[in-house]
Amino acid sequence: MNTLLVLPILIPLATATVATLSWRKPALDRWLGLLGAAALLGVSIALLWRVRAEGIQAVQVGAWPAPYGITLVADLFAAIMVLLAGLMGLSVAVYSLVSIDRGREVFGYYPLLHVLLAGVCGAFLTGDLFNLYVWFEVMLIASFVLLTLGGERAQLEGAIKYVTLNLLSSAVFLTAVAILYGVTGTLNMADLHNKLATVPAGVTTTVAMLFLITFGIKAAVFPLFFWLPASYHTPPVAVSAIFAGLLTKVGVYALIRVFTLLFLQNPAYTHTLLLWIAGLTMITGVLGAIAQHEFRRVLSFHIVSQIGYMIMGLALFGLSASTPLAAFSLAASIFYIAHHIVVKTNLFLVSGIAHQLRGSYELKDLGGLASRPALAILFLVPALSLAGLPPLSGFFAKLSLIQAAFGGRYFAIAAVALTVSLLTLYSMTKIWIEAFWKPAPSANNGQNAVRDKYHPVLLVPVSALALITLLIGLSAGPVFDLSVEAAQQLQDPRGYLTAVLGETAENQKRFEHDARASLSSPSAASVEVWPRAGDRP
Amino acid sequence: MNSLILRTAAQYLLPIMLLFSVFLLLRGHQEPGGGFVGGLVASAALILYAIGYDTAALRQVLRCDPRMLIGVGLSVALVSGLVALLNGQPFLTGQWVSWSVPGIGEIDVGTPLLFDVGVYIVVLGVNLTITLSLLEQ
Repeated sequence: MNTLLVLPILIPLATATVATLSWRKPALDRWLGLLGAAALLGVSIALLWRVRAEGIQAVQVGAWPAPYGITLVADLFAAIMVLLAGLMGLSVAVYSLVSIDRGREVFGYYPLLHVLLAGVCGAFLTGDLFNLYVWFEVMLIASFVLLTLGGERAQLEGAIKYVTLNLLSSAVFLTAVAILYGVTGTLNMADLHNKLATVPAGVTTTVAMLFLITFGIKAAVFPLFFWLPASYHTPPVAVSAIFAGLLTKVGVYALIRVFTLLFLQNPAYTHTLLLWIAGLTMITGVLGAIAQHEFRRVLSFHIVSQIGYMIMGLALFGLSASTPLAAFSLAASIFYIAHHIVVKTNLFLVSGIAHQLRGSYELKDLGGLASRPALAILFLVPALSLAGLPPLSGFFAKLSLIQAAFGGRYFAIAAVALTVSLLTLYSMTKIWIEAFWKPAPSANNGQNAVRDKYHPVLLVPVSALALITLLIGLSAGPVFDLSVEAAQQLQDPRGYLTAVLGETAENQKRFEHDARASLSSPSAASVEVWPRAGDRP
Repeated sequence: MNSLILRTAAQYLLPIMLLFSVFLLLRGHQEPGGGFVGGLVASAALILYAIGYDTAALRQVLRCDPRMLIGVGLSVALVSGLVALLNGQPFLTGQWVSWSVPGIGEIDVGTPLLFDVGVYIVVLGVNLTITLSLLEQ
């Protein structure tokens, strides 16, 4: 019995519910949204604390025992991700207070934002593949509406690509889940880990490839990323920021989860492929960014390129099997995700302030922002961190990944990572010169309203996130230690299996026996497995 | 639409379909049915009514904004899960009471039914919100 584990899903859901009831009162919704996001952050901190102190936590929802019911599990990796989701939720909720127009508020911006957060937290915490699919859908449906809310032409255009690709990915996901269920008779991830050991390697690799495609689309890796730069620059900046921070990272999280827990049978194939994908994602992303001249499109392409780094850690993990180097690579990946979510959300939020001041996201229309030192510094911290300059968080993230690559003697990928990092710096310099350093364009064609002021509240989340970037950089040691602990839990799944399936070997045997029974006579097993209301637990 | 036949039919079909939707809802725990189907049938009934007459007539019958139904349904479903937490059990664990009703005998009432009621209201609310905004365009 572990209520803390359910709360990161319940709080945003409850917030969304109450916000739906007060649909016509945006002022109330705004504060509710803020309160809900703050509560989520509080709970996620408590969860991380608990997981670190007491080990992996699990709860069987509805008291249906493990491989049959839905299990929620929080290991350190999941808890870290939930914490980041809480942090981004609160930042964006604060930013939304003064940046979302009334029309969007009345049409349910706040309920949707919290449904999105519930979906994200649910995806992080679930221990069941089908349930993961459901949370993905919750998150996607909320994101579809958030993306199109307002109904501007550019938004709809971006949304068509976004929706089509993501629906395709969901269809592949469902197919993969169905095949896996057909092969093993279970979808509980811990149970799958045990059962997949007896499945022929060819079948597992095929299913693994289907999962690679589906999560690859969601994580926006090469060559399935093009929906992302086509859509992320269209909605209001608060929405862009939460999408940029969290959505693709849920895909990366799912990739890491299945390729550490389930699909390690043939790493020479699967993880080599991941390594290639990582390299190509980095390169195409950064080259795409160089060609762009719109603030948010540059940032969107950089999301893609950064996803490559996260996949790189995962690939190196699989290729170095069960050595300490494997845990180190994965820890580098986790550290990278944490760093990236904070930094990328922040850059998007800064682009929103620039937009408030100059009325445009086009770099040619921006300029002269360096006359505001506070804003300039708040841009430089995440921008330089993204490029990987010491002592900011990005430096340590990239350093550890490249160390991992050298450790495994994968020099090519290390070279790619270094080059891409340099090109990222180029991109950030471009934004700096165009938006901040060059004088403000005098003739604005009268189209864009140039304002002297932006709302000071916008600075609150931006400076908080910049501070966190600095803190991660300055206390890289302890944060990296936490990532290593999380990676070790992923590397050695025994703790996870025990938390989900229970202690005893007898339990294990019973599960296997049930599975065999269900394979031989499905109807008999379903009677046995599915308790009726009469003999409720 | 101005059709006497449809209007007359809708008038009689509305209560029958609504009753049937409740029947589906209650039957759902052990047999085919449930909150989702029940909600669909109920919204079909009300939409038929709106097509036969007009949307203003439907709004009059409803007496509330269909979007409120979404919120109400979600809260009902959420509360049905929270009851278990008060009893110190995992979220969504079914809580049951037995009720002996004269003439029928023992019936079990539990939070899964409450959850289904929530689903019923949400489905109704979502369908009516969508249809009304399409019809009123």
